Amino acid sequence: MMLSPLHLLFYVFAAMAVCSAIAVITARSPVRSVLSLIVTFFAIAGTWMMLRAEFLSLILILVYVGAVMTLFLFVVMMLNIDRESRISGFVKHVYIGLFVVLVVTGLIINMIGTPHLSVMQMPEPPVEPADYSNIQALGMLLFTDYVYPFEIAGVILLAAIIAAITLAHRKPKNRKAQRPSAQIAVRPEDRVRLVKMPSGGGN
Amino acid sequence: MPSLIEFLTLAAILFGLGIAGIILNRKNIIVLLMSLELILLSINTNFVAFSYFLNNVIGQVFVFFVLTVAAAEAAIGLAILVVIYRKRHTIEVQALDALKG
Amino acid sequence: MDQILLYIALATALLPLAGSLIAGLLGKKLGHTLTHRIVVSLVGIAFLLSCYLFKVMVSDGHAAIDGVFYTWATAGVAHFDVAFLLDRLSASMILSVLFVSLMVHIYTIGYMADDPGYLRFFSYVSLFTFSMLILVLADNFLLLFFGWEGVGLVSYLLIGFWFERESAAFSSLKAFLVNRIGDIGFILATAAVFLYFNTLNYHTVFQQVHMITSHTVHILPGVDVSAITLICVLLFIGAMGKSAQVPLHVWLPDSMEGPTPISALIHAATMVTAGIYMVARMSPLFEFSTTALSMMLVLGATTAFFMGLVAITQNDIKRVIAYSTLSQLGYMAVALGASAYDAAIFHLMTHAFFKALLFLAAGSVIIALHHEQDMRKMGGLVSYLPVTYLTFMVGSLALCAIPPFSGFYSKDTIIDAVRLSTTPGAGYAYYCVLLGAFVTPLYMFRALFMTFHTNERTDFSLRDHIQESPWVVLVPLVLLAIPSLFAGQWLISPFIYANQKLLGDAIFVLPNHNVLNQLAAHYEGAKLMALDAGRTLVFWLSISGIFTAWLFTAKYPNWSVLFKERFHWLYRMLVNKYGFDEFNQTVFVHGTQDAGHLCYEVGDVKLIDGVCVNGSGRFIRWFAQAARLLQSGYIYHYAFAMVLGVALMLVWYVGGF
Repeated sequence: MMLSPLHLLFYVFAAMAVCSAIAVITARSPVRSVLSLIVTFFAIAGTWMMLRAEFLSLILILVYVGAVMTLFLFVVMMLNIDRESRISGFVKHVYIGLFVVLVVTGLIINMIGTPHLSVMQMPEPPVEPADYSNIQALGMLLFTDYVYPFEIAGVILLAAIIAAITLAHRKPKNRKAQRPSAQIAVRPEDRVRLVKMPSGGGN
Repeated sequence: MPSLIEFLTLAAILFGLGIAGIILNRKNIIVLLMSLELILLSINTNFVAFSYFLNNVIGQVFVFFVLTVAAAEAAIGLAILVVIYRKRHTIEVQALDALKG
Repeated sequence: MDQILLYIALATALLPLAGSLIAGLLGKKLGHTLTHRIVVSLVGIAFLLSCYLFKVMVSDGHAAIDGVFYTWATAGVAHFDVAFLLDRLSASMILSVLFVSLMVHIYTIGYMADDPGYLRFFSYVSLFTFSMLILVLADNFLLLFFGWEGVGLVSYLLIGFWFERESAAFSSLKAFLVNRIGDIGFILATAAVFLYFNTLNYHTVFQQVHMITSHTVHILPGVDVSAITLICVLLFIGAMGKSAQVPLHVWLPDSMEGPTPISALIHAATMVTAGIYMVARMSPLFEFSTTALSMMLVLGATTAFFMGLVAITQNDIKRVIAYSTLSQLGYMAVALGASAYDAAIFHLMTHAFFKALLFLAAGSVIIALHHEQDMRKMGGLVSYLPVTYLTFMVGSLALCAIPPFSGFYSKDTIIDAVRLSTTPGAGYAYYCVLLGAFVTPLYMFRALFMTFHTNERTDFSLRDHIQESPWVVLVPLVLLAIPSLFAGQWLISPFIYANQKLLGDAIFVLPNHNVLNQLAAHYEGAKLMALDAGRTLVFWLSISGIFTAWLFTAKYPNWSVLFKERFHWLYRMLVNKYGFDEFNQTVFVHGTQDAGHLCYEVGDVKLIDGVCVNGSGRFIRWFAQAARLLQSGYIYHYAFAMVLGVALMLVWYVGGF
């Protein structure tokens, strides 16, 4: 059985993705989990490239791996989790959970394998002309028909920024800045206290 | 070129692994968040595969937005994680049982 | 003219009611003498009015009057009225009711003179008279039922008059409950009448009877009864309760716990005859149901003979007369069953006179002996109480059907009518009433001899104080003795054998049942009937009964002792009244009490309280404890629940809906 090179490449990428995904959930240290996830993303990006979604695969690597996973690494390192919790192992009733997951996955795969989705029904699309640009095609759609969701996506990102900053913000403890409004609003009673004392004889 | 079924199978396996990661992990919340990313990744793969085989760019537009929202949600999730750590000084999943009835 | 007569009838009913209210509400203020004068006068006026009505309706032959006083309710087409039917039957009945009631009122002045409940008694007796008159005068089933229930209620009140005595309270309740059982039959019959005829008015119902004769009712699968039979059987069940036929007779002997005047009024002359009157009134209905007629023949005959047998063994003078009443009611029921309705009403009237007389005479004996009722402690009273003795003798001879006393005419007519009747059961009935003619003199003269003749067995301390009762007690006795002597001779011709009978159109008889017409062929007049008595079997049975009683009681008293020992089992059976009372007590009374206990212990405590009320609380607590385990607080558990749900949905989807 001869597989075309593309097919073989797909299997390589797929195996890489699955193995590193398994590593994500079973690795002992969180750093290793994050790094495995990064490998998974790379493999999948390769798959997407095969599916001629060039823009998205590159964005996956640049944005997702470059930003989000880096964020994960920052948090892992910041919280010193690596050293603190090294409990390994799974929950108590792992076999039931595993069984249910296998059931779900198996059923989904079973449903996928219908004749409707086979090669006959879903043939390969025709090869695009040489000057086809995936980014252009995407941009044509994005900035005309879907410009409103595009703007809203921007607003969502803004909201995320604000939320993240607000949540993680700590009041600085040792800051020695002035607060002019507080200085002006002070009252004499807060600073000076008159005390009556008996005048006694003394030197 | 692999057929659509193979791409979808790959996505299904990644989906299953993501779910396993959510319900079977006892280590810490970081793994939970990462499993969530895995699930979203598998969904995106589905979309892209269908977009290719149906010759329609809309699938990729959808992936675009999913990616955006996933990034936003990951960021906020991590921020919450940081706050929890400050309070509880641990990110074990077992420690979060305040909803116990 | 019709309106005036109707209002006179209303007055006869309302005057006793007024008397009852005055005695009950104002009696204390007015005092004993004034109250009894007012009450007796009111009843006396009512009696005179009833005499006038009798003359107009019966002697002058006025047509029947059906008049509405007041429409109580309407329901669609039907309306329920307070309305009177004044015809020959009701005029005759109110005459006899008011006569006996007046006699009892006068008698009470003497009998209850030193009783603390004197005024209450007058109130109740007048109330009873009112109810009975309503019953008789009613022209629809509903008003009849009103009177029916009224007499039942007052009977309860009067039997339990001395309510501090436990036996009296028990007997009054027994009477009311057994009556109630009969009432169920009556109510069902009324409902059936309403269902089939859409009206409760007698006249309308009787006119439409022939339209219902072919209707049938499905009682059980496979058991069909004709509608008329159903109605008549249920009506007779009501009559069984009131007129004490077997097996609803058990209350009458115990009703002797009440004072003697009411035994005379209610349980001899009026209330117990309500059932007989009702059946006679409904003769257009009963004629079409041979089953009901046979039922009356058989049950009436059984009551007549077997209750007479029990009377032979009784030692309480009032009980003897009570069982005699049961027996005579059986005779009347037999007459009804043989379709000789006129004979039954005739016997009802003569029986009212001589039975009331017997009870009042017995009461006179009792007060003379300071409330001693046991005949074994009497004897030889003929010299002390001559008037009482004479009237008692008159009553006994009337009861034993010796010519020319009134009982002879009525009882002989019944026996002859039954002999000629062809309704199924008439043969059995004939033998029962014939043997009853022997048993009746046996117990009655046994009582007479034990009380008035034989050796004196009264308490020594009493003997010097025995004297004849006051005149208020004796006058009613004499006044009742007169019709007991003569009413038979005067009334037999117009009642039974005239072309236009005394009761006229009130009674309806089908031609093939009409035994009285057959008897009329042989009838030659009252005097000849009395002289011919020597040729009838019944007369010689009566004479031999009296002779046997004299032998066993007066001449050779030790014979009765020997008889008692030889036929020990027979004696035990009769003394225990065939075990009816024990049966009722064990099965119905204790059975109901046990059922109640069962319902309480199992049904209420265990089931409702334990399982439902407390059980549901326990269940909710258990369920909540179990459900609590689901709230672990761990997010991965909750996520697992979601995934489980997805898995189930997938399974369901893949497996087909």
